[in-house]
Amino acid sequence: MSLYFKYLLILFKSQMQYRTSFWLLSIGQFFIPFSVFAGLYFLFERFGQIKGWEFFEVALCFAVIHLAFSLSECFARGFDTFSSLIIKGDFDRVLVRPRSTFLQVLGSKFEFTRIGRLLQSSIVLIWALANLPVEWSLVKAVTLLFMITSGVLIFTGIYMLAATMCFWTVQGLEVANIFTDGGREMAQYPLNIYQKWIARIFTYVIPFGTVNYLPLMFILGKTRGDEILYMLTPLAGSLFIIPCFLVWQIGVRHYRSTGS
Amino acid sequence: MKVYASVLKLRLLIGMQYRSAALAGVATQFFWGFISIMVFEAFYEHTSITPPISLKELITYIWLQQAFLAFIMLWFRDNELFDLITSGNIAYELCRPTDLYGFWYAKLLAQRLSSALLRCYPILLVAFFLPKPYNMPLPLNAITFILFVITLLLGLLLLVAISMFLYISVFITLSPMGSLLLFGVTGEFFAGLIIPIPLMPLWLQKVAYVLPFRWTADFPFRVYSGHIAQSDAIIGVFIQLGYLLALLWLGRLALNSVLKRVVVQGG
Repeated sequence: MSLYFKYLLILFKSQMQYRTSFWLLSIGQFFIPFSVFAGLYFLFERFGQIKGWEFFEVALCFAVIHLAFSLSECFARGFDTFSSLIIKGDFDRVLVRPRSTFLQVLGSKFEFTRIGRLLQSSIVLIWALANLPVEWSLVKAVTLLFMITSGVLIFTGIYMLAATMCFWTVQGLEVANIFTDGGREMAQYPLNIYQKWIARIFTYVIPFGTVNYLPLMFILGKTRGDEILYMLTPLAGSLFIIPCFLVWQIGVRHYRSTGS
Repeated sequence: MKVYASVLKLRLLIGMQYRSAALAGVATQFFWGFISIMVFEAFYEHTSITPPISLKELITYIWLQQAFLAFIMLWFRDNELFDLITSGNIAYELCRPTDLYGFWYAKLLAQRLSSALLRCYPILLVAFFLPKPYNMPLPLNAITFILFVITLLLGLLLLVAISMFLYISVFITLSPMGSLLLFGVTGEFFAGLIIPIPLMPLWLQKVAYVLPFRWTADFPFRVYSGHIAQSDAIIGVFIQLGYLLALLWLGRLALNSVLKRVVVQGG
């Protein structure tokens, strides 16, 4: 773990060498989800609701998913750019070192400019929370925290799966975008607005439903029944990363160098 | 003119080689299209007001958007050109006996054309045969279709002219990322890619109608679905032409003025 923080510090220092570029990129990252959120706001201004969901309820959902996405992009970026490690043959060096490959790849790249995105979603989160008539309790606060953490783990899991594909295909695959960018785009609305089959895929195969839909209902007081069960659904979603990790291990064993 | 035509042809052939990448792109765009349609469907389901654009027209709009993504995306970029400018290899380009603006314009145009030619057929074909309500209807009549093709191609020419400014700005900033983000985000929003322009609030629609971006995407797509009447479409074609000529003239002017200040150092 201390090694991970060392990686973090070194890469942070190196990115801070180009200070202007860093801030410019951060500001740009602020505006990308901003325009999407503006679109969402205008749609609600015109239609008022989406299948019974109010604007601030969806805004909360949006904020949670975008927070999770930007955090995972910030800290698990190493897996996203993994194909370049393979192509250049740099993965050979990683293998010789006496540390886990997981940690080293994770530490190979951080994208701190995502702070812009993070800031934007935090503002939306605070705005939504301030305007929702929710009776807050410790359980609900913890659930919210679980939702974000679980989202980060799911996105990281998808990055790992995509990276593992590189062991076989060398090139990164664009299809993975469906699950990262597409997943983010889809999960910014509550899952039940979609057709059944989409909702099913994203609950049982890639468990975004355990992040945004079920606990969201609980926080907004739309459920009856066992509170603990709803609180724990994000934790169930986090389990997604375990098979991803196993697949990664299999991939590493299968690895053959490109020889460059 | 012959030079530019052969640049166009060569680049088209190069672009056509990336077939598997295009296939992956098609899959992503399908998913994207479905998701956006379902979101709008959910919005439309319980609405009490009559929206300014019908769901059928909206679905056509979205499928066309996905099929011709390469025609309308500003962030679709050529890193080779950025590298040329920032690394100083621009000196070689300046030695060519052709006009730089025309040369780059032809190159960028070909990239977008080849990418769209590979991707639009599968998307359009499947979109026509999808079960209702997700299918894309045929245009109302032959005239609408011809108008659509004209406006789409003019839109493409216009977009390439807009994107030229992106490359010109790199001469000044030396870092493509800043201008790319700025151009990309505002341009896409006002082209109606985030939400269609008829669904924006009125004050924002007024802004969008003044800017050139909507003529690249929003206008041809609405011509296809019949949301814009044929008589208005013909007037629109002239506005597109006007914008195109103005932007080409401005772009050439801007490029020549930055080129005058370029200092290439040895090395």
